[in-house]
Amino acid sequence: MNKANKLISVTYLLLLILALLAPMLGLYPVFVMKLLCFAIFACAFNLLLGFTGLLSFGHAAFFGSAAYITGYFIKSQHFTPELGLLAGAVGAGLIGLVVGLVAIRRQGIYFAMITLAIAQMVFFVCLQAPFTGGEDGLQGVPRGALFGLLSLASDTAMYYLVLAVFVACFLAISRIVHSPFGQVLKMIRENEPRAISLGYQVDRYKLLAFVLSAALAGLAGSLKTLVMGFATLSDVHWTMSGEVILMTLLGGVGTFFGPVFGSGLVISLQNLLADKVGSWVTVIIGAIFVLCVLAFRKGVVGELQAYLERRRRAAATSDV
Amino acid sequence: MEIFGIPLQAFLGQLLLGLVNGAFYALLSLGLAVIFGLLGIVNFSHGALYMLGAFAAWIMLDQFGINYWFALVLAPLTVGLLGALIERLFLKRLYKLDPLYGLLLTFGLALIAEGIFRELYGVSGQNYDVPELLSGATNLGFMVLPNYRAWVVLVSLVVCMGTWYLIERTRLGAYLRAGTENAALVQAFGINVPLMVTLTYGAGAALAGLAGVLAAPIIQVNPLMGSNLIIVVFAVVVIGGMGSILGSILTGLGLGVVEGLTRVFYPEASSIVVFVIMVIVLMVRPAGLFGKEV
Repeated sequence: MNKANKLISVTYLLLLILALLAPMLGLYPVFVMKLLCFAIFACAFNLLLGFTGLLSFGHAAFFGSAAYITGYFIKSQHFTPELGLLAGAVGAGLIGLVVGLVAIRRQGIYFAMITLAIAQMVFFVCLQAPFTGGEDGLQGVPRGALFGLLSLASDTAMYYLVLAVFVACFLAISRIVHSPFGQVLKMIRENEPRAISLGYQVDRYKLLAFVLSAALAGLAGSLKTLVMGFATLSDVHWTMSGEVILMTLLGGVGTFFGPVFGSGLVISLQNLLADKVGSWVTVIIGAIFVLCVLAFRKGVVGELQAYLERRRRAAATSDV
Repeated sequence: MEIFGIPLQAFLGQLLLGLVNGAFYALLSLGLAVIFGLLGIVNFSHGALYMLGAFAAWIMLDQFGINYWFALVLAPLTVGLLGALIERLFLKRLYKLDPLYGLLLTFGLALIAEGIFRELYGVSGQNYDVPELLSGATNLGFMVLPNYRAWVVLVSLVVCMGTWYLIERTRLGAYLRAGTENAALVQAFGINVPLMVTLTYGAGAALAGLAGVLAAPIIQVNPLMGSNLIIVVFAVVVIGGMGSILGSILTGLGLGVVEGLTRVFYPEASSIVVFVIMVIVLMVRPAGLFGKEV
């Protein structure tokens, strides 16, 4: 077990070094930044699905509304980037609080449908509200200067900010999951009636998990606005909610690195295919969904973990 | 003549439009409820099947010259067969798993269908002419009633009531209801439950396909028509609760009318009024208006 932990630490360290060196390796920085934003989004989603067992089909509402909030405050109110990000995350958290209060009144399949329906409501609000730019979205959001000092205009400066936020989010989620609070969430996932019978106020835990997940998803959306310079209706559309589910499912629900890996795969795939195949991207995404559900429910990282576990067990029994 | 400052003509026009929309909500949520009852799967493909029904009718007319009346039977049959195939090929493997996987799988299938039709026909709509027999309008004195819209409401009411009768009053329906309660026990009595499940999913799909054919002359036939509708239908289902057949019919029609009325008095809110009602219902009666579950 200790050996395995060490292996994981070394892998993460290597990945971090690779990420730090990425601008020098000639990777297109905007692409890597977009990927990291979606990785945060997927990790936030996984906090809810993987560690609490709640399938939200409306996470685009938090991602997208935070993207708009950040865009609005930076563009129209001339906020500095860090305050813009904060506004987006807090805004998404507050929306999450309201949505969560309604949605946790039902369980399982109904929870998914309710979050989807409320997210659609948010979509229509974004379509019609006066400050969102309707069909065009918010265009030309300036990156500004961090704390008013450090200009983010260059992609390299922006990249390191995105990376820092990503690492912070990843560590925060890992901290949350390993905390006593996170253990209660896992218990709710495994056996909700038992958690209730042990005296836990399950609804409060679920609500807090929902709000945390919404706020982090919002942070991802805000960061995306800052990187790309725009917030559009596709950020709040239900297809975005579907994509984040796919990223998490493909990478591995309930694993730490799975969502990161999954978002990397999906975003790369979209980037690779976007110009070449048009609407077939939707078909391919749908086919991956079907394949994942039928044959691959643990996801790439999950299957890998299961394989390593089997091998370790086999080795342990052969030693005896 | 005016009601609350709105001309009566416009008021009744929107009311009728609401009733037509409500008829679609009723047909679709009925299919969802029947499928959910027996299979325990929330069928996200339902919107795609509705879209396929409309496209099937359009293609039949455009490519093969098959007219509306034949399409009204053939298109739902085609979609129903496709549904049965989907059940046999995919859904069958998921019954022992968390129902969420069914939702995800059917979501993937919906994306595939939507993507293929977008690639083939683009996002702009295709026109489907109202059949000659039903074109035109009848002047009722206080309003002008487009014949086709009246037909849509009539057909869906008849089909909904027929489905209700089939499920609540016939032997086959009794098997179905028993299967919903305890599939293993029903199988032990010698009833072919897997076949029943396949047929049920096929029938639900056919209902969605029928709604699609009915909708074809009213709205533009386009690949995205289903996904926009299905989310509203989900809200309808949450409001009504999936426990009762009559409940989903009534909720569907009622919400269509409410939506129509909202379009008269406060058009900006018409696209979200169903969701707002859903939130209110959840606060007051979490199980839904007709739901049994606590």
